[in-house]
Amino acid sequence: MPQLIVADFLPQLIWLAITFGALYYIISRLAIPKIGSAIEQRHGRIAADIAEASRLKEDTEKAIETYEAALAEARANAHAIVSENRAQMTAEINKEAAALDERLSKQLAEAEVSIAKTRDAAMAQVTGIAQDTTEAIVTELLGKKPTKAAVSSAVSSAAKG
Amino acid sequence: MASNTSQGSEGGLALDPMHQFEISRIIPIKFGSIDASFTNSSLWMVLTVIAVSALLLLGSKRIVPTRLQSVGEMIYEFISNMVRDTMGDEGRKFFPFILTLFCFILGANMLGLFALPVLLHPFTVTSHIIVTFALAALVWVGATVYGFYKHGFGYLKLFAPSGTPPVMLPLLVPIEIISYLSRPVSLSVRLFANMMAGHTMLKVFATFVVALGWAGIVPLAVMVGFTGLEVLIAFLQAFVFAILSCMYINDALHPSH
Repeated sequence: MPQLIVADFLPQLIWLAITFGALYYIISRLAIPKIGSAIEQRHGRIAADIAEASRLKEDTEKAIETYEAALAEARANAHAIVSENRAQMTAEINKEAAALDERLSKQLAEAEVSIAKTRDAAMAQVTGIAQDTTEAIVTELLGKKPTKAAVSSAVSSAAKG
Repeated sequence: MASNTSQGSEGGLALDPMHQFEISRIIPIKFGSIDASFTNSSLWMVLTVIAVSALLLLGSKRIVPTRLQSVGEMIYEFISNMVRDTMGDEGRKFFPFILTLFCFILGANMLGLFALPVLLHPFTVTSHIIVTFALAALVWVGATVYGFYKHGFGYLKLFAPSGTPPVMLPLLVPIEIISYLSRPVSLSVRLFANMMAGHTMLKVFATFVVALGWAGIVPLAVMVGFTGLEVLIAFLQAFVFAILSCMYINDALHPSH
C-alpha cells in the first residue's frame, strides 16, 4: 500500500502545512471579508428596503387617518350649520307667527270693539224707532197720542220680555 | 529517492488499482536529511488551493449574485450556520479555520475525481492517511490545548458528564477517555478509507471496461453511476470532517455538556 511508505510522509506533511497555511491565509484575509461584506450588504439592502416599505405604509395610514379626520370634521361642521340654520329659521318663523298672531288678535279686538259700538248704536236707534212706531201705531189705533213715558216703558218691557 | 519517480508507469498502471496512490517526486528538494520534495501530492494540494481560491475570490460582489458568487456564498453560509449551530457565538473565531478545513478537504476530494489523461495523473490528496491524520491531529491537539488553556483542569470535567451517578464514574470515565483519544484516529481513518475505497473501486471497474471489450459498456455504466456517488461522498466526507471538528472544538469551549 503506497499510503504506508514512511519515506513519503515528510514531503506530504511539509506541503500540507504550506498549502493549508496558504489557503487559511487566503480564506481568512481575502475570501471571508469579501463574501461576508457582500452578504452583509445584501442583508442591509433588504432591511433598508423593508424599512422603507413600512415607512411608506405608515405614511399612507397617516394620510388615510388625516383624510378621515377631515371628513368627520366636515360632516360635523355641516351638521352644526344645518342645525343652526334650522334653529334660526324656527325662531324666525315663531317670531313672525307671534307677530301675526298679535296683529290678528289686535285687529280682531278692534273689529269686536267696532261691532259692539255699531250694535250699541243700532240698538239705541232700535229703541227710538220702536218708540216712534209704537207711538204711531197707538195713535192710529186709539186716535190719540200716548204719553212719551208710557211708550218708553212699554217698549223697554217688551224688549226685555 | 528521485530515481523512483518513473517507477511502475505504463505496464503496471492498467492492472494495479493501488498505483494511483503512489507518491512520485516531481521536483526533489532536500534540506540536509529533511525531504521536502515537490511531489504529485504537493501538486494536487497546490491545485486545490488555486481552485478553492478561484471559486471564492473570482465571484462578483453584486446584490443579486451571479452563479459563481452564489456558490461561494452558499459554502460561506453553510459553514457559517454550522459553526453557529454547533459552537454558538463563541465559536465565531474558529469560522475561518473550519471554512478552510471544509474547503480544502472538499476541493481535494473533488479534484481527485477529475481524470486529466496524459497531462496529469489524477491524485486524491485525502486518500493518504498521513494527510488526513495530520488534519485530524491539528484539530484534536488544537482543541485539547485550547480546552486546557481556557478552562485549566476544569477541562477534565469533559470526562465526567454532569448528572452522572457517582457509582457509574469508574466505568464511564475510562470510556470517555478512550473515546476522546480515538477521536483523531476515527476522524482521519473515516476520510482516508472513504477516499481510498472509492478510487480503488473506480479503478477496478475501469480495468473491467478495458478487459471486457464491447461488454465493457456494463461496467462503464456502473462507473458513471458510481462517479455520481463519489461526488456525494466527496461532499459528505468534507461535511462530516468539518462538523465533527466543530463538535470537538465545542467540547473545548464548553466542557461540561
